[in-house]
Amino acid sequence: MNWLAATFASSIGKKLLMAITGFFFCFFLAVHLAGNLTLYGGSDSFNSYAAHLHSLGKLLVVAEWGMVLFALIHIITGLTLFYQNFQARPQRYQINKSAGGRTLGSATMPYTGVLVLAFVIFHLLNFHFVDKSQTTIYDIVSAAFASPLYVILYVIAMVVVAVHVSHGFWSAFQTVGANHPKYMPTIRTLSILFALLVGLGFGLLPIFISISA
Amino acid sequence: MSKHINLTLKVWRQKNQKEKGHFETIAAPQISTEMSFLEMLDVVNEKMTTEGKEPIAFDHDCREGICGMCGAVVNGRPHGALKGTTLCQLHMRHFNDGDTIAIEPFRAMAFKVIKDLAVDRSAFDQIIQAGGFISVNAGGAQDANNLPVPQERAELAMDAAQCIGCGACVAACPNASAMLFVSAKVSQFALLPQGRPEAARRALAMVRAMDRLGFGNCGNETECEAECPKGISISNIARLNREFFKASFGSSIK
Repeated sequence: MNWLAATFASSIGKKLLMAITGFFFCFFLAVHLAGNLTLYGGSDSFNSYAAHLHSLGKLLVVAEWGMVLFALIHIITGLTLFYQNFQARPQRYQINKSAGGRTLGSATMPYTGVLVLAFVIFHLLNFHFVDKSQTTIYDIVSAAFASPLYVILYVIAMVVVAVHVSHGFWSAFQTVGANHPKYMPTIRTLSILFALLVGLGFGLLPIFISISA
Repeated sequence: MSKHINLTLKVWRQKNQKEKGHFETIAAPQISTEMSFLEMLDVVNEKMTTEGKEPIAFDHDCREGICGMCGAVVNGRPHGALKGTTLCQLHMRHFNDGDTIAIEPFRAMAFKVIKDLAVDRSAFDQIIQAGGFISVNAGGAQDANNLPVPQERAELAMDAAQCIGCGACVAACPNASAMLFVSAKVSQFALLPQGRPEAARRALAMVRAMDRLGFGNCGNETECEAECPKGISISNIARLNREFFKASFGSSIK
């Protein structure tokens, strides 16, 4: 095998792929949240944000396809790891207890990951792959969150994302080798704070929209 | 003060690698709390032998917590629930009268059960054979001051070298990954000047051996660190990752 392929096919190489793409998605979440905060400014501010974003033109298309590629890498590598890790212990323990290392986030990574994927597809169908010629994006969003079912679904999805990120964020640092006695405790705290920021930041938006409508 | 307790053991019995195992309930009456866990098994085995039953097979050697031979999963915890001890150093005073204790072997694809609680951990030996050494082929020892080593680095290398290769990290890992073991073995050399010449070759060879032997992938669950009887830190895993990246992308070794 070619050395580069061998590197990424190794267990640590696969971890690196997860970490790099994971870092990127954390960055994406932060940017997406910053943009969505314009929803608090009402119809005009959100529509103008969307217009500005789409004025990027080709740049946006490149970013979107880049994201699809990163998502594919993250999903395929993640599922491969999940399968291999399952294979690595053919006979399970009858009694399984944690020594306190695992967290809700770390123990549920593959499951929250699949749920996030399902949510992303649902989310894109809601707001991306829709006809926007007769209406504005703000109207589509406020119409969607007029339904309590959508609000509940989105809030639950954001809790799932937050749980996934709570492990993913610090885990990516550890994987790239950025473990330092001075910074690691801060990184682990930041991981929780970032998860809370993502969970609350996105999670409160559907509630705000449904109330303000 | 010596005290005696009555216990019920639920022990994993498995004739050999091929046969399916099962839990067997065995009474362990009048166990002195001064005994170690392995001595308790000795007492149970003695009784079983005199009764003409097959004694429980389990791994053990030094019984001082330094050889890395013993180990079983006690009530879901490798080496039992007591922190920082091997199974031989777990004493019966940590159990109460009337307790039921479940004892299973370390379970992993790469660790095959030989019999009952005895597990084949020769996969670890194969990882060591792949690169867990330094080659110094000729010459007398040079003056010690020729190779200054900062105290902190020496301590970190010694911390990594504490690993006794018992396999509790693999047993505790939800993914049956051997990363903590490999990281300790890579780190003890990577941190010292004597280990640097072969660092790239070692990191690549040991990681490849680990992957080939069917261990799982590290998911940073940190269960290994929590269960390690020698307190090996996961900062070693981060160091192994760095060494692996340096070797993969920065060295000429393929």
